[in-house]
This record gives sequence, structure tokens and C-alpha cells, in this order.
Amino acid sequence: MEPQVVIARRIAQELRDGMLVNLGIGIPTLVANYVPPGVHVFFQSENGLIGTGAVPEAGMHHRLLTDAGGRPVTALPGASTFDSAMSFGLIRGGHLDMTVLGGLEVDAAGRLANWMIPGKMVPGMGGAMDLVSGARRVVVAMQHTAKGKSKIVRKCQLPLTSVRPVDLLVTELAVIGFPGGHATLLETAPGVVVADVLAATEAELLVSDDVRPMPLAASGVSY
Amino acid sequence: MKTISAEQAAALIPDGASVMIGGFMGVGTPERIVDALVARRTGGLTVIANDTAAPGVGIGKLVRAGLVRRAVVSHIGLNPETQQQMIAGKIDVDLVPQGTLIERIRAGGYGLGGILTTTGIGTVVETGKQTLVIDGRTLLVEVALRADFALVSAFLADYLGNLTYALTARNFNPIIATAADVVIVDADNIVPTGVISPDHIVTPAPLVDYVIAH
Repeated sequence: MEPQVVIARRIAQELRDGMLVNLGIGIPTLVANYVPPGVHVFFQSENGLIGTGAVPEAGMHHRLLTDAGGRPVTALPGASTFDSAMSFGLIRGGHLDMTVLGGLEVDAAGRLANWMIPGKMVPGMGGAMDLVSGARRVVVAMQHTAKGKSKIVRKCQLPLTSVRPVDLLVTELAVIGFPGGHATLLETAPGVVVADVLAATEAELLVSDDVRPMPLAASGVSY
Repeated sequence: MKTISAEQAAALIPDGASVMIGGFMGVGTPERIVDALVARRTGGLTVIANDTAAPGVGIGKLVRAGLVRRAVVSHIGLNPETQQQMIAGKIDVDLVPQGTLIERIRAGGYGLGGILTTTGIGTVVETGKQTLVIDGRTLLVEVALRADFALVSAFLADYLGNLTYALTARNFNPIIATAADVVIVDADNIVPTGVISPDHIVTPAPLVDYVIAH
């Protein structure tokens, strides 16, 4: 299974009926493909849409209906559209149950850096700082390593997105939580043992007394 | 409200003006006014908007034409031309978290001096700004934003200038319509007064100065 798919299928297990959820660009977007049967969630696009649906069939797109990356989407029955002040009021005001974001680095204290690499890439923070500061629950979807180097670091070297620690980090190897403000290994992916995770991680990881196998959502039910 | 051509609208906007422009990745951007500014080569603009769209799209047309001196935006990642001009020192880019940017504009339009937010605390966004502790929460003081012009895209405008918006093209548009000295609207459709129900009007006509004629 591809790393991105493992991550998306695990994060889909965090979805609960009735949640308002914001998915970032990249791996987070894939989570929408694995919503568990019987669970209805509202997906928000921060450009002003609740009820974001799948990509439309060829020829059925509308130029004024896109996701936050500017790509055509559909709107599900019961969808609503609104301006950017409302959109970020939902995000900061405690109305957004969960946000799933990509990451460049997460450190031992759970702090996330995901919006710039000085001197290399300065895309801007867009809505990421508001999402991490304001969502009720922050989940990071990130590959464990980049070019063989751990993305889970002792201390973030890249500019932080927020000082608020994230709640859960899911990689293709492990699920890591931050109880008491310290990175703690909670689950391992299929075929992965604790020693593999520790070897691939720069940050000091506490190991839960009860490390479990990662549950993965079945493939298939989209929106 | 007066009806004018896109060329007349562009002629109202001098070099060096500050302009708020609606749109999110080019969706909901008043293209005819942008095109008229490019044709007229109105330069040295300060653009306040969500993003600079993509190369040659929406606000990206102003960037490509070299007309933007300063951009106050949340995101430039999908427009490499903005990044190149930033690195070359041709555009000053002031990156603002999206939720903070729209609230600073809302504050400007609603007569407030600014807002207090936790967004950006402990990051580079906090640099040089005042913080306050209220009820135990540390909050960043973010000041209000206004502009000389707001360039608004709407779905429907009636003969008086009442506006509604469509789908995800609403984004910054109704907020910037409150926060500029002169508000110019490019509407997809112009309809008789009364067609839009009072409950469905998002931007009331007295906020609108000009609608671009069809």
C-alpha cells in the first residue's frame, strides 16, 4: 500500500458522524475517499463551502465552484456557501471539529512547521495558521521521512505554523500522540514494529505501554 | 450608484493606488476591471487580496504585467511569477494569515481599529506587533485595513447596485465592499431592481459606487 493511502485510511478512522472537518491539500484530501460507512461528515473548504463533494464528471464543472486549491468540486445536497469572514469564524470560533493538514516538520512537543522553507519555498501560510490555532482537533498527515531524514524532529528548525501542539500525527509507519506535551508512539502500521519507528525518528519518542496495530478504514465509500 | 465602462473604471484608479480585489485563486475576481487596468498599464499598485492566483489568471494578470508594487495576501504559492518578482525585489509581499487578513479588512469596513487573535502568536507573524493578555489568553493585536478602491465581483447586481454572489465566488467580495473609499462592481448579471429578494441581498446598494456596464 502506498504511504499516502495508509495515512489517509488511518485518519479516516478519526471521523465521527456529524463532524465539521477541513482537509488540507495533498495527503489530507485523500481522507475523503475513506469515510467509514454510516458516518456523515461535513467537509469545509476554506474558500467558503461546507458540503464539498467529489470532483465533478467531465463537462459538469462550474467555474464558480472550486476547493481551496482552485480545483473544480461538487456541492452535496445541504451544502452552504459563505464569505471568508464566516469561513474563518468557523475555524477560529470552535466550530470546526477537526482539521487535517500536511507537515514539513513536527517536533517532540507536537509543534508543527508546514508553511515555508526560508530561501527555498515561501508560498505563504494561507489558512494554515488559523486552522492550527483554532480547530478543536488538529491532525497532521505526513510521511515519516523525507529523503531518508526524519520529519519528526527534536525541535522544529523551520518557522512554526503555531505554538499550539497538534493532537495527532499519522505517518505511514506510526500514529503518534502528544499526551503531557511529549511525542508518544501509540500505534504501528501493518508490518512495522516499534524498533522500526524509533530508528526512523529523530525526536525522542515515548512508547505507550499498549502500542496497538494501526486500524485502517476499508477503501471505497467516497463522500 | 453609477454605471460606467470597464475603461472608465480603470481611469478612476491612479498609479500607486491601494486596491482590494475579490477572488480566491482567481474564482470571484472582477476580470473586466483587471483587464482594463492591464490595458491602461496602471502601475505601482498595492493589492490587498487573498492570493495572487496563478500566472496570467485574475490578479496574476496584474503581476505578469508588472503593475503590482506591494501585495498584502495570505498565499502566493500557486503563482511562481509573484515569487520571482518578490525575490527580484520588484514586489514587496506582506504575508498575512488568511483569517487575520479577512478580519482586518472587516474591521476596516466596520469602523473598528483592529482585531485580537491567537493566530500567529509565537510565530514570525507576531514580530513587531503588540500582544495583550485577556482572561489568561495571549492575543495578537492586528490593525484594521482599508483601501482606496475595492474591485468586487458579484453574480447579480440590480439597477440600484444591490448584490448577491454565487457559490465559492463570494470569498472576500462582500467584505472588501465595506472597506474602501470607492467600490466598483463587475457583476456577471445585471437584473431589474426587485428581482433579488431583500432577504437574499448580501451587499446593500448604498455600499456600491459603480457597476460596470454590460
